[in-house]
Amino acid sequence: MTKVSMTVNGKAVSGEVEGRTLLSSFLREGLGLTGTHVGCDTSQCGACVVHVDGKPVKSCTVFAADVAGASVRTIEGMANPDGSLSVIQQAFQDHHGLQCGFCTPGMVMSTAALLAENPKPTEAEVRHYLDGNICRCTGYHNIVKAVMAASGQDVSALAAE
Amino acid sequence: MHNFDFAKPSTIADAARALAAEGAQALSGGQTLIPTMKQRLAAPSVLVSLTGIKEMQGVCLGEGGLHVGAATPHAVVAKEARAHYPALADLAGGIGDPSVRSRGTIGGSIANNDPAACYPSAVLASGATVVTNKRRIAADDYFQGLFTTALEAGEIVTSVIFPIPQKAAYVKFNQPASRFALTGVFVAKFASGVRVAVTGAGNDGVFRWAEAERALSADFSASALSGLSVDPAGMNSDLHGSAEYRANLVKVLTGRAVTAAG
Repeated sequence: MTKVSMTVNGKAVSGEVEGRTLLSSFLREGLGLTGTHVGCDTSQCGACVVHVDGKPVKSCTVFAADVAGASVRTIEGMANPDGSLSVIQQAFQDHHGLQCGFCTPGMVMSTAALLAENPKPTEAEVRHYLDGNICRCTGYHNIVKAVMAASGQDVSALAAE
Repeated sequence: MHNFDFAKPSTIADAARALAAEGAQALSGGQTLIPTMKQRLAAPSVLVSLTGIKEMQGVCLGEGGLHVGAATPHAVVAKEARAHYPALADLAGGIGDPSVRSRGTIGGSIANNDPAACYPSAVLASGATVVTNKRRIAADDYFQGLFTTALEAGEIVTSVIFPIPQKAAYVKFNQPASRFALTGVFVAKFASGVRVAVTGAGNDGVFRWAEAERALSADFSASALSGLSVDPAGMNSDLHGSAEYRANLVKVLTGRAVTAAG
């Protein structure tokens, strides 16, 4: 076991990990941040996406020890400081961008990464960017709609709910 | 996953020393290695992360062309190679998905040499030079079959030097479940001739399509390929596509790449 320290959602944290401890395990089991979901554990589904130094990563496919010292942001760090939903989260609620909700943490984190690099994406760009996030309820139309709405674009002409 | 000792050196020399340990294995972005370890298809006793080595990061113009540090993630290549070698940037920006591109690296890709990975086609079609901590290896000598390269045990790819072609393009036919290339073709036109490298299709990994190179060197247009065909005997066959289907894809995608290269 080795001690790793990093910043998670703005707070300095540390814990004991094995070499094989995945970032997703460290977040969920070490820190109790269970908002990061593990859907497939095979790098396919994207439910476990978090940001490491501002970049989206699949936390089930990164060793915690390899990102020691990094700044990590999870779904628990996405709400506004007063606890209200962020623009992206609110858009997912407003446009029914979730059904069972299991994929939502990863969808929200990928959306935040997309809008940080491309503030006004086209619908095609949104669909392309979310390629690595799978919704097994197949609720993609409303997820895309929520992302477009979160970017401040008119979504009235997008696919029906 | 079996446990292992984790090391994260900050220099190439320290990494080489750590890799000399019994059962040691290099870890780059881990986007292939970690899933492989979860399945217990790999069980190194020491994992040496290369992601903390600054001298293996980044993209810059230098002697011989575009130098890409081996630990540079795909997303960074997609951005930083854009102005110098757009076809390479396109390829890097199309690997996997955004989260994979944040972590996965060119060095990891070509050290693994997955027969359906994108990068080997760019390295081979560009006639790039693979630089390791011990030597320089020409692309034509580097790729040696499925998951097999010229690398020796403990040898570390430190950068790849890409000669920049006059025209180039990469076109892949996605396998949507794995996000690897069912077949991908990289075409690069140099003053000295055209090189065509194919990934995903060959049953011995990435390969050059010599007949197409000759035809395109004489006439760089998709129609120059019309009389050619690819022998299905050397192609992969699986539930996603038969050998005949892949052989046809090689020709179709080569034509599309030539058209895209302009």
